[in-house]
Amino acid sequence: MGVGLPMDVVLGVVIKCLVFFFIVVTAVAYMVQFERKVIAHIQSRIGPSRVGPMGLLQPLADALKLISKETIFPRGADKVLYLLGPVFASAPAFLSYAVIPVGPNLSMFGQEITLYLADINVALLFIFAVASINIYGVFLAGWSSNNKYSLYGGLRSSAQMISYELGMGLSVMGVIMLAGSFSLVDIVNAQAKMPFLLLQPVGYLMFLIAGLAEINRIPFDLPEAEGELVAGFHTEYSGMRFGLFFLGEYANIITTSCIAVLLFWGGWNGPGVTQYPWLGPIWFTIKLVPHLFFMVWTRGTLPRFRYDQLMGFGWKVLLPIGLANILITGLIIALTQR
Amino acid sequence: MWIFFLLALLVVAGALAVVLLPNPIHSALMLVFTLMATAGIFLTLGAQFLAVIQVIVYAGAIMVLFVFVIMLLNLRAGEGGEESLHRKTGLGQILGIGLAALLMLQIGLLVLTGKPSLLKSIHPAAELEAQAGGHSQAIGLLLYGKYLLPFEVASVLLLVAIIGAVALSRRHLVIGPGRDESTEEVP
Repeated sequence: MGVGLPMDVVLGVVIKCLVFFFIVVTAVAYMVQFERKVIAHIQSRIGPSRVGPMGLLQPLADALKLISKETIFPRGADKVLYLLGPVFASAPAFLSYAVIPVGPNLSMFGQEITLYLADINVALLFIFAVASINIYGVFLAGWSSNNKYSLYGGLRSSAQMISYELGMGLSVMGVIMLAGSFSLVDIVNAQAKMPFLLLQPVGYLMFLIAGLAEINRIPFDLPEAEGELVAGFHTEYSGMRFGLFFLGEYANIITTSCIAVLLFWGGWNGPGVTQYPWLGPIWFTIKLVPHLFFMVWTRGTLPRFRYDQLMGFGWKVLLPIGLANILITGLIIALTQR
Repeated sequence: MWIFFLLALLVVAGALAVVLLPNPIHSALMLVFTLMATAGIFLTLGAQFLAVIQVIVYAGAIMVLFVFVIMLLNLRAGEGGEESLHRKTGLGQILGIGLAALLMLQIGLLVLTGKPSLLKSIHPAAELEAQAGGHSQAIGLLLYGKYLLPFEVASVLLLVAIIGAVALSRRHLVIGPGRDESTEEVP
């Protein structure tokens, strides 16, 4: 190889990749369980409670069921695209974790360990780039299933995702201006004194709303609406292929929450982090849980938007508010830095 | 160095696949693949901002719209391929071959003389980035400093294109018989 990387660096990266991957997969599995329990309590029932204590082994049972189901292949479906759909829907969700920092640098075993896989100087844009690839999964699945409900679901969903991607991009512009960098590590470090939530409240709200729409969650889940479109773009998928869509959706929920915490709630900053750096990941998790709860809470409580209302909101309300936010933020920054 | 050749191979293979595959959706997806490989080449040149913007804008938004149109029009393989490849030579062919020859000539000259560009006004990236403190910052300073006017003109162009598209796709105003001049515009 023309790249001379020392062996311990490569080993460190590989180990971090494996650790991140396993943590994320477990988190996704238990996110499903968390959601089912919380929605159940919202609806005055208990939720899965039979498998294991408090239903904690339910994700394992679900995974086993999905793996052992018969996988079908609809007649007339485009073979390559049908198989690629779930891949594009779930791989990008995991790819974003390559740039998410969960804590400050630790010194363990005599070495300085960074709690992120990569600190690239366009990390935030990288996450948006990866989110754009998610769109392909959705409408490839919709189109290749040779099913009109899937097609409608896929088209609606991808139109929605593109529209709200703009909103998401604009909402984080204020944060980028305040931090002066696209790198997530820099952004977290810039919030050591004060989280950007206090400086960019509008941006935070916009990001939450656009994030919900981007990952196709209620109240923006018309493309997957049961009862309207059967199951939208993943109607014709069964077994582990459907499992991959599921995995991708819940991983996206966690990713969006992680980014909201990093950009607006100060990431892993918190009292005591400078003396005890291992408190960083703990603060990060403490800040993450309310966001996950918020995502589940909105699902259990709100009705879904009609499609034209959804698109109208994205283009006619969110976009102008985002632009106004950038304008005001830029003005204030320019005036206070003279 | 081998990374460049690998990415270049992927770009060329993708581009060939775009032109040669019969199914239009497969062609569009191979174009996405080509764009991703191009973003990889940008990365090898140290242009990280350009690489991610290429993926976000080109591969992630523009190509999605392309594939949308193909899906909505429900184009199938072979439809629209009635004109064979051996059409009579016309202005289009001549222009196409001429432009390709020009491109080959320019690439050949660049390779032979070893210069970074045939234009006089180029910006050496390393200097600019060291000055500005990074690649994105260098692009920002150039775009909003020296090239502000072309930037604004480009955005006006885009606005004109959007207005043109809206005007072209609007349905015609309907004036019914016996009614006054009130028209109904379908959004």
